[in-house]
Amino acid sequence: MKITDKVVKNIAELTQLRFTEDELAEIGASMTETLELVEQMQQVDTAGVEPMSNPLDATQPLRPDVVTEGDNRAIYQRIAPETQDGLYLVPKVIE
Amino acid sequence: MEWETVIGLEIHVQLRTQSKIFSGSSIAFGAAPNIQASAVDLGLPGVLPVVNQAVYPKAIAFGLGIGADISLVSAFDRKNYFYPDLPKGYQITQMDKPIVLGGSVEIPLDDGSVKTIQITRAHLEEDAGKSLHEEFIDSTGIDLNRAGTPLLEIVSEPDMRSAKEVVSYARYIHQLVTYLGVSDGNMAEGSLRCDANVSLRPVGSSELGTRTETKNVNSFRFLERAINFEVVRQKEVLESGGRVEQETRLYDPDRDETRPMRSKETAMDYRYFPEPDLLPIVIDEAFIAEVKKNMPELPREKAERFQSDYELSNVDAKVLASEPMLADYFETVAATCSDPKLAANWVRVELLGRLNKDSIETSDIPVSSEQFGLLLLRINDQTISGKIAKDVLDALWKTEADSVDDYIDANNLKQVSDSGALEPLIDKIIADNPKQVEQYREGKTKVLGFFVGQVMKETSGKANPKQVNELVRKKLS
Repeated sequence: MKITDKVVKNIAELTQLRFTEDELAEIGASMTETLELVEQMQQVDTAGVEPMSNPLDATQPLRPDVVTEGDNRAIYQRIAPETQDGLYLVPKVIE
Repeated sequence: MEWETVIGLEIHVQLRTQSKIFSGSSIAFGAAPNIQASAVDLGLPGVLPVVNQAVYPKAIAFGLGIGADISLVSAFDRKNYFYPDLPKGYQITQMDKPIVLGGSVEIPLDDGSVKTIQITRAHLEEDAGKSLHEEFIDSTGIDLNRAGTPLLEIVSEPDMRSAKEVVSYARYIHQLVTYLGVSDGNMAEGSLRCDANVSLRPVGSSELGTRTETKNVNSFRFLERAINFEVVRQKEVLESGGRVEQETRLYDPDRDETRPMRSKETAMDYRYFPEPDLLPIVIDEAFIAEVKKNMPELPREKAERFQSDYELSNVDAKVLASEPMLADYFETVAATCSDPKLAANWVRVELLGRLNKDSIETSDIPVSSEQFGLLLLRINDQTISGKIAKDVLDALWKTEADSVDDYIDANNLKQVSDSGALEPLIDKIIADNPKQVEQYREGKTKVLGFFVGQVMKETSGKANPKQVNELVRKKLS
């Protein structure tokens, strides 16, 4: 499957990434290669093999339902570009 | 053209836990902005989620409550999208292997019948934070206290056909999750939020029309209004020859309308994939059995018991068992008056009728179940007639009285069953109406009703009708 410029543009928009026109062709070619690899892998007969959710042969340890985190807002907000009244400020996202 | 409305509902229920689903932050409501947002909730680099063990028993309890299959292996996935109140750039949810699959509930409808609504699935996921758009001119304020709050998303099949059915279903789920301790059910604090998928199709068609999704409705009243608005809007679009756009809409209660929410230029593609930071969760049958052991009696189990123990009809039993609070109320009434069938009849007709008419929730019934039961006991022991009992109930309902017996005494409502008091009155009525007496004796036995009516009128309805009937018949023969 060949990844066209149009497909790359669409994925770029979904992932909020910006590319130049020159980069589009390069990225498209690279993605096409990756998909070709997947196509190759798909030729393996996997009948009767159950898909796995994770490559590790282990199950998830769980955490007791206890509040362990205190108020560290001041520390976290030191690295935030802009805050006010305890809120993180971002460019307006609604018209 | 006649249209049929088709609605499916997604309900997000906030789970009643102390801490978040993937971090040790508190989920207490009303805290100052961002003081309950840890490094995990903020999506800082290098952090790892760890699943809160309390969320599983709650999701399983819900699954058992609707007769669903519980997945022994469930897993989390990433749902990718960009929004500032989702700092990781993805929401951790369950796509391919949800914890709860299938199941159904039976909801009571206004006409007194019950309807089965199939449930597709219920899965665990984390909530997003909150965006505040109004407070700042060029910025949006982000509060991430809510980010990572554990949610159970309950997805129904498109089985509902009107806004009323949807509200009935949402109420049922609300009661069930509250009763099972899955959620605190606090609607005002957003513990239950609904997304309604609405579409129309020509009556008789089996294909589904294009649907819109109205998101984040957090009250039953708004839910009904939002759907009704959407039905009218789509009907107008279709009847003017247009096409309904598949889109996400938002309900605005101030204007009582829905509006498109997201721009449609790019179709949303969430690019789900397995969450690499979390391993699959494996449980066994013993774990499920333990959850089951600690659960209260379920509506469907209650309905069966009502039928076998109280000999109620199938529909009576299902309606009364559908809401835990209503079921408890009914059982106290039945025990107090020792007549379950009379109790079932009065609770369904008189109580539910009044709740419906006055838009009162089951949690706010103005008459105690003990007094309601006592009222029925007074019918059965012939202290008052059924007709007077309805008047007494009205007085209790308007909280003009709080004791059935005191109210009966104070207003002199006791049924007159003393033949010594009734006989002179009947004699007088017979003497005053010779024409009717003659008719009766000529074989027009229907006139009997006239005499009984006169006695009831003279006694302001307090005479025992059965006894009056017998006395009049005896005196006329």
